[in-house]
Amino acid sequence: MFDVVIIGAGVVGGMIARKLSGYNLSICLVEKESDVAMGATKANSAIIHAGFDAAVGSLKAKLNVRGSEMMENVARELGVKYRRNGSMVLAFNDDEKTVLDDLLERGVKNGVEGMRIIDSDELHRLEPNITDDVKYALLAPSGAIICPYELAIAAVGNAMDNGCELKTEYNVKNIINDGDCYLISDGENEIRSRYIVNCAGVYSDAIATLVGDTSFSVTPRRGEYMLVDKEFGTVVNHTLFRVPSKMGKGILVSPTVDGNLLLGPTSEDIEDKSDVSTTAPGLDTILKSVYETIKNPPSRSVITSFCGLRSTPDTGDFVINVPCERFVNAAGIESPGLSSSPAIAEYVAELLSGAGLVLEKKEDYNPIREPSHKFREMSLEEKNRFIAENPAYGRYICRCEEVSEGEIIAAIHTNPPARNLDAVKRRTRSGMGRCQGGFCSPSIVSILARELGIPFENVTKSGEGSIINFERTK
Amino acid sequence: MIKTDLVIIGAGPAGMSAAVAARKKGIESILLLDRNPFLGGILEQCIHNGFGLHKFKEELTGPEYAYKYSKEVEELGIEYKLGTMVLDVTSDKIVTAVNEKDGVFTVQAKAVILAMGCRERSRGALNISGTRPAGIFTAGTAQKYVNIDGYLPGKKVVILGSGDIGLIMARRMTLEGAEVKAVCELMPYSGGLTRNIVQCLDDFDIPLLLSHTVTKIHGDKRVTGVTICEVDENRRPIVGKERYIECDTLLLSVGLIPENELSKKAGIKLDSITSGAVVNGNRETSVPGIFACGNVLHVHDLVDFVSDEAEIAGNAAADFIMDNCSDSAVQICLNTGFGVRYTVPQVIDQSEDTRVFFRVTDIFKKAKILVKDGDRTILTLKREHCAPGEMESVLLKKTDIEGICSNNVNILLEVEE
Repeated sequence: MFDVVIIGAGVVGGMIARKLSGYNLSICLVEKESDVAMGATKANSAIIHAGFDAAVGSLKAKLNVRGSEMMENVARELGVKYRRNGSMVLAFNDDEKTVLDDLLERGVKNGVEGMRIIDSDELHRLEPNITDDVKYALLAPSGAIICPYELAIAAVGNAMDNGCELKTEYNVKNIINDGDCYLISDGENEIRSRYIVNCAGVYSDAIATLVGDTSFSVTPRRGEYMLVDKEFGTVVNHTLFRVPSKMGKGILVSPTVDGNLLLGPTSEDIEDKSDVSTTAPGLDTILKSVYETIKNPPSRSVITSFCGLRSTPDTGDFVINVPCERFVNAAGIESPGLSSSPAIAEYVAELLSGAGLVLEKKEDYNPIREPSHKFREMSLEEKNRFIAENPAYGRYICRCEEVSEGEIIAAIHTNPPARNLDAVKRRTRSGMGRCQGGFCSPSIVSILARELGIPFENVTKSGEGSIINFERTK
Repeated sequence: MIKTDLVIIGAGPAGMSAAVAARKKGIESILLLDRNPFLGGILEQCIHNGFGLHKFKEELTGPEYAYKYSKEVEELGIEYKLGTMVLDVTSDKIVTAVNEKDGVFTVQAKAVILAMGCRERSRGALNISGTRPAGIFTAGTAQKYVNIDGYLPGKKVVILGSGDIGLIMARRMTLEGAEVKAVCELMPYSGGLTRNIVQCLDDFDIPLLLSHTVTKIHGDKRVTGVTICEVDENRRPIVGKERYIECDTLLLSVGLIPENELSKKAGIKLDSITSGAVVNGNRETSVPGIFACGNVLHVHDLVDFVSDEAEIAGNAAADFIMDNCSDSAVQICLNTGFGVRYTVPQVIDQSEDTRVFFRVTDIFKKAKILVKDGDRTILTLKREHCAPGEMESVLLKKTDIEGICSNNVNILLEVEE
């Protein structure tokens, strides 16, 4: 019997697990996919928003500003790359300029600091590659960038290091309230827990329905992205937004913490909650917008495109509440969910406490997690000491991102353990470079087979069903 | 810091051939570096035959061809480090590399030969829409799974792109029991060698669909199918000409890109068409003492020509180290005209005979290759048939180019009406 079961191991679930692992509680994080960070967490804009966009007085506004304040420290504790690069909202004409005025006013009310509107001269001085058509920009120096799946993996890893259990490939099908505990089932195995936190992303409405809460629904809103070669990672320094519409914050151009350039997202409401396919019109839409935003966009150096589904609730705001006893929703977390995630965790802990859960601080709680990119940031002397002790760090597997076998082995054996090719990729960046795994994936499949003690042909790309090789050749 | 006369990056056919040439010219201190744990580079996974016809007048497999050179590397006692990834090269010819035995180490060289080869274009570069399941491989990655690891990565296969590796893999997968349903080629002609189309597709009744592309990938965990579509003369999909093919695997053979990340670090000037370095007849780059050869310079059709080119680079690097270079010679920049995509070398030396390699932009029948100095025709060669997939060359003799001092030398095609 657990004190708390958290459903959904995205960045919100991970942050909540980490927060609760600081108390004397038995916690279990359950995830239907083969790895953590598999939903919207692995396919979003990777932005820590300043907080000017959300409606004044909304939960989004409050938690975004608070989360944005907390994030730098959280990232440091978790050893996650974070860069406060500042953001700009671009206006192409005077009509759009009035939107900037509104955003500025809203930002001030939301408590965002340091914002101001800059003119064409200043914005082009700061960002010479912005097209001449851009006339004004709202500059928000507190905007930042982060790698969302790195953050979620680190949060879950840190929670596990502090005693949290993780069950992957556990798809919650049924929940029964047994009076003083919940019986959770995936159809095969039952888990008992006193409390439940629902952070199941696009499926959070379905999970809430299992306990009779039908007060909200979540629509998957498709967002397509393109990622550009590191050669063009410094085309812009700030995150560049278009003026927002009711469908979101528009198509942005942003550097990433790993040195690539990110373009997107589109915004389109769809019905299928599992449809993360990109579309030809979507990719065209991105390029069209980017051509308006920056000069000579590096459209020929796109190395991959991908799609994520925002969990858009019909309530217009995050759904964070206690709909029935000992059950907390952290549902409908669309943008700015990543930015808000540490604040959401804080808020959920308060709600759990209010619902009767005793939060008693754990004495040996350690908020620090060793960075997964520790090796690559070492000095030459440190690297050589490391390689002398463990020669696997001298065997480079991924040439594009310069990842050693030692880092891959560590990813397989560090919480939360990587058990397939994509999981290794998200933890080490092997296969994320310009060759997209062309050279390194067979080597990583061998390493996974060896480290996990499974046959080569049983190694998957991303969990059950995603086999890479069928059988031995004749 | 280790000091060496010559560092060669990459021990594939180019690197080994360059090393052997330089040693035979008298360079004692050579260090050959490769990231693989074996000599031979990509040849080790090319177990099909067809290598060596020009160079050795016999038909060899990839590993057999590589063995001709690795044996010589061993016999000549050329020093090499395997499992060694080069991380950096500077214009001062300081090479930084890493392996499990030496850790991260630096080498100061008098000359460097870049022989890193190329990589395959990936799905992302094509912006094919759809899902991202298992079962999408570049042809070379699939070749590695089959030929090196001994596993079959697909049973029902569609291949996009009719480059040579794609054609070879169509046959290889078929021989291993897979069903290759189609090879789609965006262009109205194949980019592969004619012999490969005959031997790898026609002989196995595998359809080659010209002017076709893959527009969507289907499948959640593993590929379940692809949508293919005919394209118009501008290579855009024609609405209404889509067709779904059920398959579990999509192989991509859509082009090779020279791996010049290290060259960029060294500040070497690159050619935007070849994506390789701009070189002179010695295969010397814009940085004196740094040479390039093989697929890192431009993508070759045949390994035999890679070996030849690497010999030129190896000999020239030896001359550079021994200070045998004549720098008084007049250099001529070659321009490309109608029908010619690029030339290698891009710059030639007036004092010697130079074979200039080039690719044509389209399929031409009954074409004339012209080399002109302004309006004056220096040289004319007739070709019954030229195709972008088959590299062409002309030999410019010292006597042909004597006295030319302009930068108006053009290589172009003339086609009969």
